[in-house]
Amino acid sequence: MEILLGGGLFTSAASFLYPILRYLVPPSVPNLGGDDMVACKVGEMRPNGSKIFRFGTRPALLLLTAEGEYRALSAVCTHLGCTVQYRPDLHAIWCACHNGMYDLNGRNVSGPPPRPLDQFQVHLRGDEIVVSRKHGA
Amino acid sequence: MPEVNLFAHIRCWLDERFGWAEMAAPLKKKTVPVHKLSYWYFFGGITLFLFGVQVCTGILLLLYYRPSAGEAFESVQYIMTRVQFGWLIRSIHSWAANLMILMAFLHMFSVLFLRAYRKPRELTWVSGMILLFLALGFGFSGYLLPWNTLAFFATKVGTEITGQVPIVGHRMMIFLRGGEDVTGATLTRFFGFHVALLPGLATVLILLHLALVQKFGISVPPSVETRWKTEPESIRQRKFFPNFFLRELMAWYIALGVLGALAAIYPWGLGTKADLFAPAPAGIRPEWYFLFMFQTLKLIPPKVIFLDGEVLGILLFGLAGAVWILLPFIDNGRRQFGRRIVLSAGVFAFSYIVALTIYGYAAK
Repeated sequence: MEILLGGGLFTSAASFLYPILRYLVPPSVPNLGGDDMVACKVGEMRPNGSKIFRFGTRPALLLLTAEGEYRALSAVCTHLGCTVQYRPDLHAIWCACHNGMYDLNGRNVSGPPPRPLDQFQVHLRGDEIVVSRKHGA
Repeated sequence: MPEVNLFAHIRCWLDERFGWAEMAAPLKKKTVPVHKLSYWYFFGGITLFLFGVQVCTGILLLLYYRPSAGEAFESVQYIMTRVQFGWLIRSIHSWAANLMILMAFLHMFSVLFLRAYRKPRELTWVSGMILLFLALGFGFSGYLLPWNTLAFFATKVGTEITGQVPIVGHRMMIFLRGGEDVTGATLTRFFGFHVALLPGLATVLILLHLALVQKFGISVPPSVETRWKTEPESIRQRKFFPNFFLRELMAWYIALGVLGALAAIYPWGLGTKADLFAPAPAGIRPEWYFLFMFQTLKLIPPKVIFLDGEVLGILLFGLAGAVWILLPFIDNGRRQFGRRIVLSAGVFAFSYIVALTIYGYAAK
């Protein structure tokens, strides 16, 4: 009798709690159109300059090096997720939150970041600079 | 005097129905110890007073605030520029939040160094510590509500830290953010935490904390207690009502004066609206009460043996917080060793927090 009563109470409590716990978890949002993105147009950026653009749901960084080469990287710091920026004075990528530093290939070179920034591919399509995810990235 | 008669009539009316005199009797008997360290007793009361200020000004801000990413910043701007005395109400709310946490920290360290957590007051300490964590939660959730750049990145870093906790961290981060990233969904959640969940929990905990203080009375420092035992004629007590109560009211009045002056002379700024795709600005740092943790995370190297630096930092702070709650059980009065551990932990924690906070402000 006690088992029946206890079991009934337990299942009753579980049937109330389960929907509440599920309700607390937000539904996942599909990453629509985030694999291929026009970052800017040719001639829009100056050498030794940068631009932050929206890539899917996250920010990404497009660099035009002093040598005239385009590079695209994730702008999300691998330490604690702040948005990084290019420092033309240092020729490096810098995170203002915890003073993390990356080189122009996204390699973590000083400060607390534990991993390099994700790299993206850059293509030229007409006069548009298109950034896409690397396969397997 | 008709006023006196009216007052006596109301008291009589309440007494007939609820036994008012019986209910108020313990309050009349209650006393507060008097000694050279008595002034530390005021800090708990001042913290409570500032919580009351937060409730009142928070309700006033709710009349105009709109909790959505598209409107939050603009609604705070509206409060500060268009609503009469809106700037003052918001400034008082921000200043009182900071002063409340400062007073809570002072209250905690005074309880620690005066060893007021000793048996039978262990659970008073535990409930107080949970209240301090709730106060930090109030600060963290409220900081995001104006939806400005500083708040956006502070929330990004803070919730990312939660995400680093092994096993459950990622789920906790998703729960806090309302998704993978800090967005308008995070703002809505934080608003709910700030105005409904946390106030509800804090009210229950405050009532429990006060009930425990009432039940066990106010602690006397061990040195004074020893002297009072050997020289009972030196015992000095003050009636809680009205003697201590009126002194406490004076302390509240001074706190209100300081608060009003700070809010009026240094009105709280708003900054720039959060841009989800802008880089973190230079000089970014959290509120002062999180600065020692922020600075520590800055100093830990990326890898320590096999652990990521930030994971190690978070695990160490988590462990320190858990040990801190359990301090009264370490110094349980049976061994001299326990007392020394707690005292050393207190001195170390106080020095560490002060030093890293100053370093955080001084560092680039």
